[in-house]
Amino acid sequence: MAVLSKKNRSFSPDKLTSNRALFWIAAVFAIVMIAPALWVLGLSFKDNTLLMRGSEAVFSAPYTLKNYTDLFHSSLVFRWFLNSMVVAVGQTVGVLTLSSLAGYAFARLEFPFRKTIFVIVLFGLAVPEQAVIIARHQMFSWLNMHNSYLGLMLPGMSSAFGVFLMTQFFRAIPKEIDEAALLDNTPRFRIFWKVLLPLTMPAQATLGIFTFLLAWNDYWWPLISATKKDMYTLTIGIASSQRNFAQTEGLGFLAAQAVFASLPVIIVYIFFQRNIVTAVSGGAVK
Amino acid sequence: MAESYRRSRWSNALFILPYMTVFLSLLVFPLFWGMWLSLNKSDLFGGARFIGLKNYYRVFSDPVFGQAVWNTVIFVLVSVPTLVALGLFLSLALNKTTRASSLLRGLFFSSTVLSVTIVTLIWRFVFIPGDGLLALLFDKMGWEQIGFLSTEGWSLFSVGVATVWWCLGLPMMLFLAALQQIPSDLYEAAALDNASRWRVLTRITLPSIKSTIVLVAIVQIVMQFQLFGQAQLMTNGGPAGSSRPIVLYIFDTSFIRWDVGMGTAASEVLFLIILLAAMVQYWVTSRKGEA
Repeated sequence: MAVLSKKNRSFSPDKLTSNRALFWIAAVFAIVMIAPALWVLGLSFKDNTLLMRGSEAVFSAPYTLKNYTDLFHSSLVFRWFLNSMVVAVGQTVGVLTLSSLAGYAFARLEFPFRKTIFVIVLFGLAVPEQAVIIARHQMFSWLNMHNSYLGLMLPGMSSAFGVFLMTQFFRAIPKEIDEAALLDNTPRFRIFWKVLLPLTMPAQATLGIFTFLLAWNDYWWPLISATKKDMYTLTIGIASSQRNFAQTEGLGFLAAQAVFASLPVIIVYIFFQRNIVTAVSGGAVK
Repeated sequence: MAESYRRSRWSNALFILPYMTVFLSLLVFPLFWGMWLSLNKSDLFGGARFIGLKNYYRVFSDPVFGQAVWNTVIFVLVSVPTLVALGLFLSLALNKTTRASSLLRGLFFSSTVLSVTIVTLIWRFVFIPGDGLLALLFDKMGWEQIGFLSTEGWSLFSVGVATVWWCLGLPMMLFLAALQQIPSDLYEAAALDNASRWRVLTRITLPSIKSTIVLVAIVQIVMQFQLFGQAQLMTNGGPAGSSRPIVLYIFDTSFIRWDVGMGTAASEVLFLIILLAAMVQYWVTSRKGEA
């Protein structure tokens, strides 16, 4: 974990601040925390007709992969998966590009009204989605951009958080590094591209993962913008499946959809846990 | 030349042009356009007529909006202290370098990365009467089953349970980060004095992270005021509007009833509330920086 670093000291504050009992209460609480997820995982491996007779069937064999193979035959779920990928990757690339360029300029270059513009951009951080989403919906209707990939990705690129993060990161790079290049009269874009950008990779990773998750999990905008079934993102698709929960095709099949839809983020989480924790914490506090 | 680097040039602004285009067209313009819409009687696809503050009057005299505000306030008042208390507890219990603590921290944070639709789907499997996990448990215990999502006294509570499950990881991590910042000589001094664990907690640990507690609370207030997806997907605000929050009211008004004027008016009201909280947050963080 990023937040914990091992210190080689004879004295450990652990002894005074932590407590075995507290840890075990937390461990019991963890079981409560994970129970709903395990429950859904269990349901996803059960035959639907068996579940019709009662969901306690989960606790005993037989188990089956049928719900997952059904998923592979239901082409729409894969279409939604693909849509989510395109939108999330596209939005991430967009945010990284725009934020890096703007962050470099705000941190390193002088131009008229630089400070004023930066303050205005910072104000953008305080604007919640619902203050703009109705007007955005109307704009995208005028431009006929609903139910398109570009229409799904663009609003997320207006977030000021990336610019804010990259500006701070560029500021933290020692000035000597690019001033040396300036003496050789290297064009600014070349300095940005060849000298500074490679140094920002840790920030790019953090911002990239953060944006990807945000885009992948986004709910409200795709809900109103993607109204055609084949333009749904996975998030919206799963929402539409659960809307008729009562008369659903089968609990097991629905559970398999939930597991399938959460797999990508869970995998990303397992590999990039540190970056994700840093990014989400930073994103919340700003 | 190094001096030319400092010189102000219009051409340098080209670097911010791409972002500013998106920023102005997709954030600034819709922000003001939304304010303008709130002063008009209009439908979503065109025709508008200026009517001043009439939409605001309609929003404030709508009992459904009043109920939504009430629900949201109750929701914030219950969920935020719960999140802060649980997050604080977990951070204290898991602030260790052992593998088991690290694993549990990872587990408690993992739900944060899921989308709202998956969270609500999971909790529906828990709450549904008859086949749900809780229904099974209640049967085993011989208790009478509860329609968690379809009973007026329970619907908002159930939405809250799913929300706490979803959001708990962030407060925990923010508290852990703060606990790491406490200088260990404070604890060394306490060890020399043979201070009890309780004294250490109340005299050293909690006072040292006081500003983080305030910060986490404000961040959560801002987030929970915007409750939307969980309520929309789990109960759709029902039964009888008992779990409808403000954002769901905005959504229903704008995109189900297509009353854009009233929807934007309600969203401006919420924007004001959130702006206020954000200002308090800014004030708290900048004070934290001074300390």
